[in-house]
Amino acid sequence: MTDASAASAAAPPAVRKSSLHQLDARTKKRNASEARFKAYGLGAVLIGVAFLVALLYAIISNGTPAFTQTFVTVEVPLEPEAVEAAEASFVKTSAYREIIYTALAERLAEAGIETDMGPEELGQILSSSEAGQMREFVLANPDRVGGTVEFRFFASSRVDGYSKGRVTRESLARDNNLSAAHLDLVDRMEAAGIVERSFNWDFIFGADASDSRPEQAGIGVAMLGSLFMMFVVLFLALPIGVAASIYLEEFAPRNRWTDLIEVNISNLAAVPSIVFGILGLAAFIQFGGLPQSAPLVGGLVLTLMTLPTIIISTRASLQSVPPSIRAAALGVGASKMQSVFHHVLPLAMPGILTGTIIGLAQALGETAPLLLIGMVGYIATNYPDGVASGFLDPNSAMPAQIYEWAKRADPAFYERAWGGIIILLLFLMTMNIVAILLRRRFERRW
Amino acid sequence: MSFAKLTASTLAIAAVSATAAVAQTRNNVQVAGSSTVLPYASIVAEVFGENTDFPTPVVESGGSSAGLARFCEGVGPNTIDIANASRGIRAGEIETCAENGVTDIIEVRIGYDGIVFASQIDGPEFTAFEPSDWFTALAAELPVDGAMVANPNMTWDEVNADLPGAEILAFIPGTKHGTREVFEEQVLLQGCEDTGAMGAMMDMGMDEDAAEGACMAVRTDGLSVDIDGDYTETLARIDANTNGVGVFGLAFYENNTDKLKVSTMGGVAPSTETIASGEYPVSRPLYFYIKAAHIGVIPGLKDYAQFFMADEIAGPNGPLANYGLVADPEIAETQAMIADEVTMGADM
Repeated sequence: MTDASAASAAAPPAVRKSSLHQLDARTKKRNASEARFKAYGLGAVLIGVAFLVALLYAIISNGTPAFTQTFVTVEVPLEPEAVEAAEASFVKTSAYREIIYTALAERLAEAGIETDMGPEELGQILSSSEAGQMREFVLANPDRVGGTVEFRFFASSRVDGYSKGRVTRESLARDNNLSAAHLDLVDRMEAAGIVERSFNWDFIFGADASDSRPEQAGIGVAMLGSLFMMFVVLFLALPIGVAASIYLEEFAPRNRWTDLIEVNISNLAAVPSIVFGILGLAAFIQFGGLPQSAPLVGGLVLTLMTLPTIIISTRASLQSVPPSIRAAALGVGASKMQSVFHHVLPLAMPGILTGTIIGLAQALGETAPLLLIGMVGYIATNYPDGVASGFLDPNSAMPAQIYEWAKRADPAFYERAWGGIIILLLFLMTMNIVAILLRRRFERRW
Repeated sequence: MSFAKLTASTLAIAAVSATAAVAQTRNNVQVAGSSTVLPYASIVAEVFGENTDFPTPVVESGGSSAGLARFCEGVGPNTIDIANASRGIRAGEIETCAENGVTDIIEVRIGYDGIVFASQIDGPEFTAFEPSDWFTALAAELPVDGAMVANPNMTWDEVNADLPGAEILAFIPGTKHGTREVFEEQVLLQGCEDTGAMGAMMDMGMDEDAAEGACMAVRTDGLSVDIDGDYTETLARIDANTNGVGVFGLAFYENNTDKLKVSTMGGVAPSTETIASGEYPVSRPLYFYIKAAHIGVIPGLKDYAQFFMADEIAGPNGPLANYGLVADPEIAETQAMIADEVTMGADM
């Protein structure tokens, strides 16, 4: 007898007598590995959720201060001679500024706030947008000249930062734009009701401002730029994309050429968006002669980027319409085109719309191609005069504006960049929710 | 089908309106170029829009070279009117311009910009630098006993015993920035000459060009990091590295005094006064270039240039000086030059 047979003779009874209640070693091992896998999976989900929570927390905590703003209320006398003199000077706003500074000093004296600062130094509390705001009012309401008007000016970005906890007395130690003494003054002005912080509609609806006055900057004009670009994308990408998909899906013969086109469309969807930007610069601006920084060009570039997405989702929803529908339509004598337009297309419509909305949302958040066609910088400053100027006048877009703000020196712009992200995310969420609702409401399953 | 007709007519209308727009001239001034000049240009553009009936000019960034390249693309409403630059226009760029029909260029010097060296406010005491410190810390190779050896210095106190014993970690502007050129010429080359390294290199048989090249070569072992983005990126790096020292523009530093601690250079603290007087050694002129052929075609172009250089704007008490620009003492000549539309060829 060999050793091997002796061992097998001794062992068998224990091995064979396995029970369902007593797990053997291999089953235990398999169960353990399954438990481990579940734990890994749960861990992965938790890590993902943790990142999401951290991201949302960062966005909301950094961005919400941008929606409020510190204002200074000052009653400014509009004396006809002073206004006339200001209008006659070369830099009219600096003349207006002096009027405001004097009025501010008087207002402080009236409220019993004593200070040894001169009007010029006091003025550092105000945003440098005050003079432009006053001149605009005077030009728009010439009949109010002669009276006294109560203005609500922006406080300067540092005063605003103080009320939001971003600026402290220590941090102003070496700052030329504001001193700790100003902050003491601001505290007393707040107590007297001259300075207050409230919701800032100008951030949502206003225009971009220069580097020296972040408090005035708003995302409104850039929002309009995005809106006009989305119009271009919608009115070009939807008809072109749907027509291309219907032809490819329902009419085109299956041969090498259509295969080639299909492969290329799938590949185009994966092309980095910056490539479309450089293509747009070469094709639309340098060759086509369209204006720089115009939402029309931005829209055309984003159309190129969105087309593959729309074609792919449209074809998927056309494919999901069962062949029996087509066969039935053809069977009762409909032409091919009638079967497509009367039966297949309406049934595929929810899927097409969902795909289009997702494509639009993707285009709305896209920045890279816009960098190349001149939509980043100090651009979004004038509201468009009308529809044509909305398409053709230089404008920025929301993500490009956020990028621009994040680059600027003053930390107040950084806060605005986060605030802009909140607005952009709200738009994207709305679009995605609409897409989901459409799908839920209208989608049919066969 | 009506759907198809509708689509076709929409496309046709879009095409027609686009062509119509190209035919008409534009009514706003378009500016592009240096990101250093952008804040100043945007401040002027904003005040210009508030003070005149012209629409606010559009200012794009992208860098001096990119701006000048677009400036030289040709004449016409589809090209920009003004290029901002943080360095003078180069001869090659003037040639490219001339080839494309841009022959009359007005050069306007806005003022001066200081380049400052700053570190984390709570970091090591980097309070006094000399150009020679930067050269010895950042050079790729140093001459030792008649041969070039790789830079052995790892901490600042090895470079200069007065500096803190922190590891060398410098964030300097990348090569696409105009600032890099100034940094190389006014800091590295100066330091090279001050330490006598330049003389030593020439004694080793290098000609002057080769020696200058060796002086300005920056080490690539990771102790010096090129920043290709903006100063915000440099600031983020400094925030994350206690030992980091970065190169900033004066205006950027003045907006972030709560996070940054500036160091003197050659014993002089940077400020608009010391830069204007020329005591502070590292500064550079900023320019913008006007396409003279567009004056009278693009409404408000000359007015914008004149407004920009008015005493109330670019002068020592104007908003640009408040933001950090060092006013040009010869501003009156520049004003006269814009008024007479003196182009670059004419004053040579």
